[in-house]
Amino acid sequence: MPQNNSYIKSIDWLTVFTYVLLVAFGWFNIYAANYNPENPVFFDTSREYAKQLMWIALSLVIIWVIFMTDSKFYVAFSYFLYGLSVFLLFTVIFLGKEINGAKSWFELGPVRFQPVELAKVATALTLSRLMSRYDFSFKKRSNVLRVGLVWILPIICILLQNDTGSALVFFILVLPLYREGLSGSILVFAFIGAVVSVLTLVYPNVLILWLIIIGIYVFLSLKINIKLVGYTALVGFIGFGLSYLVFRIIGKEPRWDLFTLLAAVFISVFLAVKGISKRLKPVLPALLFMWGGIAFTISTDYFVEEILSEYQRNRINVLLGFKDDPLGAGYNVNQSKIAIGSGGILGKGYLDGTQTKFDFVPEQSTDFIFCTVGEEWGFIGTSVVVLLFMFLMIRLIILAEKQHSVFSRIYGYCVASIFFFHFSINIGMTIGLAPVIGIPLPFFSYGGSSLWGFTTLLFIFLKLDTNRGELIR
Amino acid sequence: MENLNRRTLVVALIYISIGIAFVIKLFILQVYDPSYKFSAESNTRREIINYPARGLVYDRNGTLVVSNQANYDLMVVPKELKPMDTVSFCRALNISKDELKDLFNEMRVKIRNRKISTIKPSIFYKQLSAEQYGYLQEKLYKFDGFFVQRRTLRKYEYPNAGHILGYIGEVSPSTIKKDDYYINGDYHGINGIESTYEKFLRGKKGYEYVLVDVHGREKGAFRDGRFDIPAEAGKDIKLTIDIDLQKYGEELMANKIGSVVAIEPESGEILSMISAPSYDPSLFVGKKRAGNFVELSTDSLKPLFNRPIMALYPPGSTFKPLNALIGLQEGVITPQSKFECYMGYSVGSFHLGCHHHTSPLDLRQSIAGSCNAYYCHVFRDIIDNPKNETVQDGFELWKNYLVRFGFGYKLGVDFANEKRGFVPNHKTYDKIYNKSWSSLTVVSLAIGQGELLTTPLQIANMVATISNKGKYFTPHIIKEIENDTIPSKFTQIHETGVDTVNFRPVIEGMELAVWGTGGNTAGIARIPGIRICGKTGTAENPHGEDHSVFVAFAPKDNPKIAIAVYVENGGFGSTYAAPIASLMVEKYLKKEIDPSRKWIEKRMLEGDLIHATK
Repeated sequence: MPQNNSYIKSIDWLTVFTYVLLVAFGWFNIYAANYNPENPVFFDTSREYAKQLMWIALSLVIIWVIFMTDSKFYVAFSYFLYGLSVFLLFTVIFLGKEINGAKSWFELGPVRFQPVELAKVATALTLSRLMSRYDFSFKKRSNVLRVGLVWILPIICILLQNDTGSALVFFILVLPLYREGLSGSILVFAFIGAVVSVLTLVYPNVLILWLIIIGIYVFLSLKINIKLVGYTALVGFIGFGLSYLVFRIIGKEPRWDLFTLLAAVFISVFLAVKGISKRLKPVLPALLFMWGGIAFTISTDYFVEEILSEYQRNRINVLLGFKDDPLGAGYNVNQSKIAIGSGGILGKGYLDGTQTKFDFVPEQSTDFIFCTVGEEWGFIGTSVVVLLFMFLMIRLIILAEKQHSVFSRIYGYCVASIFFFHFSINIGMTIGLAPVIGIPLPFFSYGGSSLWGFTTLLFIFLKLDTNRGELIR
Repeated sequence: MENLNRRTLVVALIYISIGIAFVIKLFILQVYDPSYKFSAESNTRREIINYPARGLVYDRNGTLVVSNQANYDLMVVPKELKPMDTVSFCRALNISKDELKDLFNEMRVKIRNRKISTIKPSIFYKQLSAEQYGYLQEKLYKFDGFFVQRRTLRKYEYPNAGHILGYIGEVSPSTIKKDDYYINGDYHGINGIESTYEKFLRGKKGYEYVLVDVHGREKGAFRDGRFDIPAEAGKDIKLTIDIDLQKYGEELMANKIGSVVAIEPESGEILSMISAPSYDPSLFVGKKRAGNFVELSTDSLKPLFNRPIMALYPPGSTFKPLNALIGLQEGVITPQSKFECYMGYSVGSFHLGCHHHTSPLDLRQSIAGSCNAYYCHVFRDIIDNPKNETVQDGFELWKNYLVRFGFGYKLGVDFANEKRGFVPNHKTYDKIYNKSWSSLTVVSLAIGQGELLTTPLQIANMVATISNKGKYFTPHIIKEIENDTIPSKFTQIHETGVDTVNFRPVIEGMELAVWGTGGNTAGIARIPGIRICGKTGTAENPHGEDHSVFVAFAPKDNPKIAIAVYVENGGFGSTYAAPIASLMVEKYLKKEIDPSRKWIEKRMLEGDLIHATK
């Protein structure tokens, strides 16, 4: 293994630095979440922060091992790793230890290990290897089947462990698939269908209507020329503004949903005229989709509000974690929002949080670690964390696009997307934007298993990246 | 390649849009919307309320009338509940499993309706008995989420004066809205002095702040108790009533319907105020309150109706001394004026009857004998006095005297539900008689009948005023408030506009009514050694037997007590009202009843006007 200067230089130190920042900041917050102002012991080895320090040290070992291993190993052993992880995922159903209702942990003496972390790495590697074959195409049914199988097998096992949150993570691998040529409409349909049906239960129609319109707009902006896109936006705003003005003049309460609908009508008419005169193909499906989405939103809302009984509605809301159910999930979200909200702009100061002490926030060092950030570091702290994650993920796709080897590129996308899913769901749930699904925040949440999992995911890619100019087979 | 780049862009856009959404939401949560900052306060700092002891109530002689007893409510913090041994819980509370189920269901309904919070304490089981409390206290550690809150309930030393004392009960949501001192589950005075002097009696709630974690476990004092506020006990008050007199009066009024109001003339202090039938104030303490309240409020005898200040009667003959005073003041009569009575007062076809007595009578004799004709003359002379241009003017003049004597408006006694009574003015008759009426039309007012309506309190105040020779203080029940002064309206003197000199013949007439050798109407009221002055009355009752009324004061010089007694369906004034009034005066002034009058006392105590008429 060449341990020379050029090798060191080939490592993307910017990403490594981001990783170090996140892990370190995470550890300080775990320390704060464990800190008891009534009994301020500087360092107590039985506490989570002490253990986390150990897990971090072990991560360094993992990183070292990964860098010592030849990149080809990951290609060659990906199927084996996949087989192993599916085997472990399956056996844990029978031999695992149940924690929080999920049978997803192996316990070996003092060490607990979650095979799903290995499965994430293995599935990412295997998908990368499958799709990096030179004859791979989504037009071939056998390919689609293979990819589907590799994808669905771990999901089934994890669902059987009753660990829905972790299973959901695998669905985000649709993003790398899309990048490699899976039809965009599948992505858009799946995404919008899921989001809209959830959102209609929570937010007023206006917001969702706007989301749909903007979605269509983004879609069109990729398909038609930029000048037309500008005009379309203008027309939309004119429609919105005009209807608003009319309401203003007759002195009625503004009806934002109505205005939005009118904006949509304006856009549709404009696009229809332009589309017919200029024979623009994407306009028709876009319009159909937009109006389909609008109809879907309104009907979902109608269905939930008018047809479902109060009881059924509550059940749905509680299930999604949106209903303020004081004894259930809603309680957690509320506590978490209080903690984050109480931080203000600058936060209460390190170790001066009150909400994230005394267990006000549940799982405060694992799933809800972001609350500590919010409370003690304020809006400055939370936005820095969000920006760091954004930077990391964007950096990963940029690196991925630079890879000569398709395998590395796909793997890079897998890693970025897995981080993305954890990031969105975890932070989303703490601020009430996403349902409460107990998955950790990468590098922040307490726990060896998840830290090692994310570290492994990231550093395998960084290792592959050192060979970005080569074809790894 | 172009296509691939576009897909890269889509993926990047998805990432970025979520990032932007988070930053916006975080901005709203942390910077824009302040509501979460306040929630955080109540989260970490639990406020523990210490309820102060309510002020004690004493009578005018310093006898303790109302005190406190400790009481315990079982509180629950739903969020802290854990599975528990329900069997031993039931045993501790001495309730059945079904009752416990009902209690839990009730709690769940309240949580669902957002009536109570899951993380704050609320009442689970009200007013534990001593045994329940003792038993629970030992086992409480087994039942997570429950604790016992100490409160004070009232303890009544006498089964009397229910209407005066009032009672305490849980505050209503509308009260909480009006006064932010109260929170859900607090107790406050609902009636009587408990309500009127609530602000003094309640004291100040104390607050203790402790740090708690989400399980409600206390983690010690918040900032070393820097913000704790100790509870302040309520102020003790002293009432003007004499509890022994009150008790005696209630015994005399047992099995009768009516009112007794006794006032100390020189101060306006109410010595006793009885509404019969009365009730034991202890009935309104604790768990049994709701049931007893329903029972009392549906009773056909209306025991909750506070008759002395709420019942309206025509004043009847007790009103004659007042008409005499107005006549004297207006100069239409002198004490020597005599009027003929031919078994009543006749003008043309008009005849207002009177009982048989010698004729003519002078002023003193007319009061003693309660001559109707005499007062028809006096009344008409007042109205038709040549100095008044019209009958309306004359009537207003007469009416204004009544108002200055405290009629027609609330006197302002320290009870919220006092009635103002009714004194007609000339417009009343203009309306009824289409402006064509004369003093004769309304002559029944001369003898206290007609449209006139007064409360027993107003009549008692009139007697006090007469005994005081024209001055009165607003009748009141509060004598002293600990470290505070009583409302100033009770220490302001009221003048009536009738000269002192005019009172002498009227008072002598009232003396004669009791002590006169011939033609007295109230000889039964004589008390050995006490110069008592009185006046009988009979309030006409269209629904049955007339109401027996008697007003009196004693002694004649330097009077110490003025009293008005109403006994519904008691017949003539001398039948029930006069004996009861004289017994109370005797009791108050001499502390015991003369042996020669024991038979009267016995007859009154045993008199039953309720069950006999039924």
